[in-house]
Amino acid sequence: MSTQAKVERPADTPAASPAARRATWWRLLLRDRFACLAVLILLVVAAGAVLGPLLLDDLATRQNLRAVNRPPFSLDDGWAFVLGSDSLGRSLLARLVVASGTTLSVAVPAVLISLVIGSVWGMWAGYHRGWRESISMRIADIILSFPSLLLAVVVLYVFSPSAGNIVLVLAIARIPIYLRAARAESAELQSRLFVDAARTFGTGSWAIIARHVAPTVLPTLFTVATLDFCFVMLTESSLSFLGIGIQPPDMSWGLMVAQGRQVLQSAWWIAVFPGLAIVVTTVSATVLASWARLAMDPGQRWRLTLPRSRRSDKALVKGVRA
Amino acid sequence: MLTFLRRRITSSAIPLVVVILGVFGLARLTGDPANLYLPLSATPEMRAEFAARHGFDQPLYVQFVDYLAQVVRLDFGESLRTAEPAAEAVLRAFPATLQLAGATMILATLGAIVVGSWAAYRPNSAADRIASFTSTTAASMPDFWFAIMGVLVFAVALGWLPTSGTVGAPAWVLPVLTLLIRPFGVLVQVVRGAMVSALSAPYIKVARSKGAGEVRVVFGHALRNAAPPALTVAGDLTVGLVNGAVVVETIFGWPGIGKLMITSILQRDFAVLQAAVLVTAITIFALNIVIDACYALLDSRVRQGVTT
Repeated sequence: MSTQAKVERPADTPAASPAARRATWWRLLLRDRFACLAVLILLVVAAGAVLGPLLLDDLATRQNLRAVNRPPFSLDDGWAFVLGSDSLGRSLLARLVVASGTTLSVAVPAVLISLVIGSVWGMWAGYHRGWRESISMRIADIILSFPSLLLAVVVLYVFSPSAGNIVLVLAIARIPIYLRAARAESAELQSRLFVDAARTFGTGSWAIIARHVAPTVLPTLFTVATLDFCFVMLTESSLSFLGIGIQPPDMSWGLMVAQGRQVLQSAWWIAVFPGLAIVVTTVSATVLASWARLAMDPGQRWRLTLPRSRRSDKALVKGVRA
Repeated sequence: MLTFLRRRITSSAIPLVVVILGVFGLARLTGDPANLYLPLSATPEMRAEFAARHGFDQPLYVQFVDYLAQVVRLDFGESLRTAEPAAEAVLRAFPATLQLAGATMILATLGAIVVGSWAAYRPNSAADRIASFTSTTAASMPDFWFAIMGVLVFAVALGWLPTSGTVGAPAWVLPVLTLLIRPFGVLVQVVRGAMVSALSAPYIKVARSKGAGEVRVVFGHALRNAAPPALTVAGDLTVGLVNGAVVVETIFGWPGIGKLMITSILQRDFAVLQAAVLVTAITIFALNIVIDACYALLDSRVRQGVTT
């Protein structure tokens, strides 16, 4: 891999100015059709989460007992009922959009909190090694050896199941993931020459972590975070499904599946569409994560700059050497 | 090897102790069981009598010492709900989960080895792309939704499989498939990644040039070297299987430990919850040691790195 990285064409090396660098990112994204699609889907979900409650809130909660369990894919009742209605005659489409807001408002803060705490803690532990590292790793082991859903079930039963508590429990359960990843990389970096040089000049440990360790470690952690977003979203859905997550009248995709389960035999669409929404969102995040893993690794980035037809490994070696 | 095992056991005993402490503390925070088990009209005397009978009137540290002494004697007290010994309730539920989890992990690992190797054999071929798309989707699948869709298609629409129960092979299909889907998706990706790099190593060329058949090259030479990372991930996934078991057992009415835990939390049945979590924690603890031992057996570098 190292030889291939060295023969990178000049066009692929990151340009100095920030604008040019941004252009390179765009180009790398546009090269990968699946990653483009994933970004588009995630943008639509995010837009729905932000704008949906403002535009549709009334529509998502308005009951119409004369239009109960309307089947999907018909425009007889207007565009809002294109995905059918639930057992209280509420528009399924509007509920899906509003629920995306709840789901994201749990998943995004949980991922951000665990990312920030886990990465700072991990870099600190890896930089100092010794007892600070061992204790941190033991704590990570303890949290990870306890099944996360079980932890959430117990904690949410003790402290009422509100969105804030779900965020907290999921954030704590996922801190070890970032802690371990950041610790491993930072432990390797702290013995490098450039860190030694900084230390020789008398730079403080926090300054070294912020200026020299973090820029190298963060790309990996962002990839981990994108992937973990799926896990957090799925756990929130499972909790809501089990009845200990988001509580009605709030709505989340997991809760909607649980509500649809009651009427599965007569109105399948109520359970099917929220589940599809979960699958599409998590798959998009996974695809984006695998793109980011390639794009952020200088040794792998060339894979994205080649046309797809030439991307098989044999053709690549030839192509790069030519 | 013995030194390796001894070190591993002592270092993972600390998490186990913390889990025991945590369960005791959290279970006590879930609220007063007297509210649930006595009628609303219960007099203070009745409440005091209830508390005294179950030891809830003692100071917390006395309760804890009692609890530890009982754990050592393998006596977990009796269930508040059914008045049977907690250990019995847990041990009755445990085999059902163990069978489910065992069947799932064996099928997931075997399937992932076959599909992952097949995908890695020709990177970026159509087979590889299909495998990677399928495994990505499988790894991102909400298990409770997959279970409901399974019920909808195979039980309600087609009538091939029952919606719950544990008797007979058809009853196993949906629970195992539901539990299997996420570990399978993740494992396929790990096996594929490890096999791609193993298959491009020089020793594969050597094996081919000495005339070894393709099956032997892939499964004899490459897989042996690709096994350690897959094994580590499989171990983590087995721990996570408890998460899936809670969901699957709730949906399919499987009389396992996940269902038992949810029921005992909802019923504030401390004794059963403690026993269930403890048994689960010990199993995970033992499993981690077995995985580490396998890892050390497969890779002598790990073995020596720890013992010396």
